Amino acid sequence: MSPNRPMLEIVALEKRYGDNVVLRGVDLRVARGELVFVIGPSGSGKSTMLRCCNRLEEPTAGDVLLAGRNICTGSSRDLDRLRLEIGMVFQNFNLYPHMTVVGNVMLAQRKALKRPAAEAKAKSMEMLQLVGLAHKAEAWPAELSGGQQQRVAIARALALDPKVMLFDEPTSALDPELVGSVLKVMKDLKDAGMTMLVVSHEMGFAREAADRVVFMDGGVVVEEGSPDEIFGAPKAERTRAFLSRVSG
Amino acid sequence: MATPVAAPLSGLDRFLDTFFNPTVIVRYLPDLASGTLVTIGIGAATIVAGIALGLFLACLRVRRIRLFDLLIVAWADVGRALPPLVVILIFYFGLPSVGIRLSGPMVLFLVLSGTLSAFAEEIFWAGFTAIDKGQWEAGRATGLGFTTTLLHIALPQAVRLALPPLVNRALAITKMTALGSVIGVSEILSAATTAQSFSASATPLTMAAIAYLIVFLPFVVLARLLERRFAWKKA
Amino acid sequence: MQTVLDQFLNFEIMAKALPLLMAGLLVSAELCAAVIPLGLVGGLLLALATLSKRRAIAWPSLVFVEIFRALPPLVLLIFVYSGLPFAGVRLTPFAAVVIAFMLNNSAYFAEVYRAGIQSIGRGQWEAARSTGLSQVQTLAWVVLPQAVRNVLPDLLSNTIEVVKLTSIASVVSLGELLYAAGMARSLTYNASPLVLAATIYLVLLWPLVRLVGRFQRRLAA
Repeated sequence: MSPNRPMLEIVALEKRYGDNVVLRGVDLRVARGELVFVIGPSGSGKSTMLRCCNRLEEPTAGDVLLAGRNICTGSSRDLDRLRLEIGMVFQNFNLYPHMTVVGNVMLAQRKALKRPAAEAKAKSMEMLQLVGLAHKAEAWPAELSGGQQQRVAIARALALDPKVMLFDEPTSALDPELVGSVLKVMKDLKDAGMTMLVVSHEMGFAREAADRVVFMDGGVVVEEGSPDEIFGAPKAERTRAFLSRVSG
Repeated sequence: MATPVAAPLSGLDRFLDTFFNPTVIVRYLPDLASGTLVTIGIGAATIVAGIALGLFLACLRVRRIRLFDLLIVAWADVGRALPPLVVILIFYFGLPSVGIRLSGPMVLFLVLSGTLSAFAEEIFWAGFTAIDKGQWEAGRATGLGFTTTLLHIALPQAVRLALPPLVNRALAITKMTALGSVIGVSEILSAATTAQSFSASATPLTMAAIAYLIVFLPFVVLARLLERRFAWKKA
Repeated sequence: MQTVLDQFLNFEIMAKALPLLMAGLLVSAELCAAVIPLGLVGGLLLALATLSKRRAIAWPSLVFVEIFRALPPLVLLIFVYSGLPFAGVRLTPFAAVVIAFMLNNSAYFAEVYRAGIQSIGRGQWEAARSTGLSQVQTLAWVVLPQAVRNVLPDLLSNTIEVVKLTSIASVVSLGELLYAAGMARSLTYNASPLVLAATIYLVLLWPLVRLVGRFQRRLAA
């Protein structure tokens, strides 16, 4: 693979549910170590696009390439392997309530990666350390705040050594005072060189951390550019309308 | 091997002849039909009496009178722990020797409605306890008496919660009318086993199975629809 | 009063019948040991089949469940025991009971598992799949443990029903507890052995009935 090849390529992606077309040909590239931030009104298809990137949603047409390999072809076993390389963080955390924090982080390492218990445990502790929750390893998800749960979810994804991390509105289910701790972990991740695709409404974070901002509406990418370009001088009328609405 | 005179029956023909023999069907259809009526009659009486008694007991328990509480809980526990067939046999074979002679259908009705009342009481009671205390307080605060609050505020909500499990349970217990065949109640199964021994054919048993499906399948489907309709409550 | 006691609580007769009943209880236990695991496993497989995305699997399984929930277990038992011999299939009473109960129980257990699996949100599936766990792994490690916990009271109360149901095996002369008690009754012309059998069922099952109530309250809380 050439070093210039994007880590994640989304090519002519389409998704329709019956007559309802959610994505009508989305093209997007995320370079190695880049943080691409996707904004747009609800119903613009941004979450659907993200969920197509690890085929939680099955694309109707188009391709998604991870480091040059097409994830839209191949057997379901191939897909399971590829998903190991694509970490995902959900709006609602989706921690497993019947397992402790460290159990959550260990499960896929043990069952999907087949790591030995000791190695998985050590890796889990390392990742929990990274998100500042090593002391909560033996706690149950229900005992944690929303922000802590989301950081565990990030650790759970990171423990598999993914090449890309997808964030689907990671802070929108959190109380405002808890948002900061999760954004800090994301910023650290970015500084460590992780490739990230983030769907979120945290515009302040986008300005500060994003390499590129993509505005989606009506199932297409309307405009993309640096944070300064998009927030400072948006070209498209729809982008301006959206930004003036969210900034109040 | 002797040369067969008639063409040998194929596997399918043999199967049909054994389980769906038309002559046998025609011959015993009236018996099975009257058996079906008996099953429906006892089943309906069981449902009405069992649910009514269960509801009454649950309402009584809402009063929280210590002695009644104990008796009701004991009734519900025993009714749920004992296999109905045991009680049926005790009633049918034991009671005559102390001078109480009950007919088979009566024994079946008493035992099954008693069993259903035990389950129904627990289901309604669970419904009552699931109702927010504020509902009671609101009723009482607006000047309604205990009984009025119970009947008009608590009960409708409890019934709504109770309906899906109640339908399932009523169904399971009504199906036990088949136990009547053991004490000579001429319901579907006993009509079928009698017909089976006279006709030396398995066809009456098939007819019995079909009769049960005709009677009970609609309720099984109804129970599923009810559950689906109330499923949002879980979410 | 004395006749009532003589008829129903005759300790002398009970004492004589006790060994016979204990032998019957052993058969009941064997029956449970065969029937309960089969029902639990068969029900799980059936539940997964009814939840399959492939209609060719889901629909027949659902029809199977509905039919065997509509048929009384005793009818199934008589059909298997007395009907199948006409087709050349002759079974021992024990085998007949196991087969009939397997059909009935797996349909009932399937409904319980189904409710449990459906109670687990999509997010749990998605989180597990996004970390590379396969469908089977997700089911085994993430969904089922939660599903079973959610429906534990129903699984337990269904199991109690199965134990109670073993009493109908007496109808096909399988020498379990109730059959033994019925034998003792017809030998002594006295209902006390039946009362003793009822007492044994009660002693064994009453704690479980209480336990179901405890579970239900804990889950509701």
